[in-house]
Amino acid sequence: MPEVMMATRQAGTAATHTILEVKNLEAWYGESHILHGMNFNVNAGEVVTLLGRNGAGKTTTLKSIMGILGKRTGSVRFNERELIRMTSDRIARLGIALCPEERGIFASLDVRENLLLPPVVRAGGLSLDQIFELFPNLKERLKSQGTKLSGGEQQMLAIARILRTGASLLMLDEPTEGLAPVIIQQIGHTIARLKKEGFTILLVEQNFRFASTVADRYYVVEHGKVIDGFSNAELPANMDKLHSYLGV
Amino acid sequence: MQALYAQLLVGLINGSFYALLSLGLAVIFGMLNIINFAHGALYMMGAFCAYFLLNIAGLGYWWALLLAPIAVGIFGMILERTLLQWLTGLDHLYGLLLTFGIALIVQGVFQNYFGSSGLPYAIPEQLRGGMNLGFMFLPVYRGWVVIFSLVICLATWFLIERTRLGAYLRAATENPTLVRAFGINVPRMITLTYGLGVGLAALAGVLSAPINQVRPLMGADLIIVVFAVVVIGGMGSIMGSIITGFALGVIEGLTKYFYPEASNTVVFVLMVLVLLVKPTGLTGRAA
Repeated sequence: MPEVMMATRQAGTAATHTILEVKNLEAWYGESHILHGMNFNVNAGEVVTLLGRNGAGKTTTLKSIMGILGKRTGSVRFNERELIRMTSDRIARLGIALCPEERGIFASLDVRENLLLPPVVRAGGLSLDQIFELFPNLKERLKSQGTKLSGGEQQMLAIARILRTGASLLMLDEPTEGLAPVIIQQIGHTIARLKKEGFTILLVEQNFRFASTVADRYYVVEHGKVIDGFSNAELPANMDKLHSYLGV
Repeated sequence: MQALYAQLLVGLINGSFYALLSLGLAVIFGMLNIINFAHGALYMMGAFCAYFLLNIAGLGYWWALLLAPIAVGIFGMILERTLLQWLTGLDHLYGLLLTFGIALIVQGVFQNYFGSSGLPYAIPEQLRGGMNLGFMFLPVYRGWVVIFSLVICLATWFLIERTRLGAYLRAATENPTLVRAFGINVPRMITLTYGLGVGLAALAGVLSAPINQVRPLMGADLIIVVFAVVVIGGMGSIMGSIITGFALGVIEGLTKYFYPEASNTVVFVLMVLVLLVKPTGLTGRAA
């Protein structure tokens, strides 16, 4: 990582203040009640992972924070500001960015257009050169149609485009889903580097093994609630419990 | 031969209007998912706007070319904010019925005050007369309509396919939720898009005023053919709607020369053929 890159962002090591605070968050998809009072928080500079089985409400949690779900109650505070009544475009402008599970690469845009699509919302984002250093593949494929990329390249593009915007909280929804082990490894390295840069990352993962290589803390989600939480250091002591939560 | 060239020219002129109108319909459909049946009425409003500007404010053709699309575009944006936006997520049928109702109301109001006969609108001084091209005589105004329409169509294509703003538009057509979650005010963009599509219709109305006279039902007659053009070209593509618009105008013109009896139906016959072979239209994507 070049020196300039370290200088452009404040290193997250000293920060221990809470940047995201979720309290009693409830959310609905139409008539179905998905989140039943989520409680958790994320500190600046941390990588926090939400674990849980399929349908537990992890993705819904990210969408609710982002303001994508119409009906939500409770409280989501980001840097002391209440988001629960804000529309998603305003939330994005405060510095939260989502990399969705389905990646959301646009077929009618080429790679460059996809990459430049999210507007810069504040200073401190990575430059294009820094992004190409992280993802050299993308530079060679700028003219390709977005959806012509391989699955791994699309995932990299989906992450890359939210690094430019200056968002300080990145929410990554299952970034390793369906990818080959070598690419998963590369994404792991990327997350580690982003953490070093001072980004705060909220990760949703089914792949616990992957999560354990990057996360500082874990929350276990079941039936739309956080039922447990522990740090990476406490992980060995909690392995049995975790296996029963996740059913692996 | 003179007659053939003359019909070709008429075809190109009609093609210009088809292209401008179907382009607006395609832009609106892509972003709002609404089949804008009010398009003909808005085209008519453009022509009337030019007429009012001249007879009330004393502002001539060139001002009308600028101001009428803006004024009618603003009217369109008010329609979108007050009525169309509530249709988001509903079946196409609702948008179709609502915009059809709007068209009937607008046309009814204009008919009430202006009857059904045409009001004259003179060709601007600078574009009067004609040029002898050797093989045919070209009225300057008609040549102007074809070239200006083509320029506007290509500029619109460039705006949508080659600029940053266009990239937002294309992305929001695919996945408005995600584009909004990137921090872009998508509802405002939808309103502006409707304004753009409507503005193109009004511009076509101004262009047509000196050729076709200004009548309350001038759009109602034209829009039926334009929808056939849209069906043939396919709703999805910007360039597709431009090319199909001009091409069908020319085909219509050629039919007038070779087999005049079929000239009013040729577009619809083509529509049937295309629907049989490729229901999404020549350049359209599956819905």
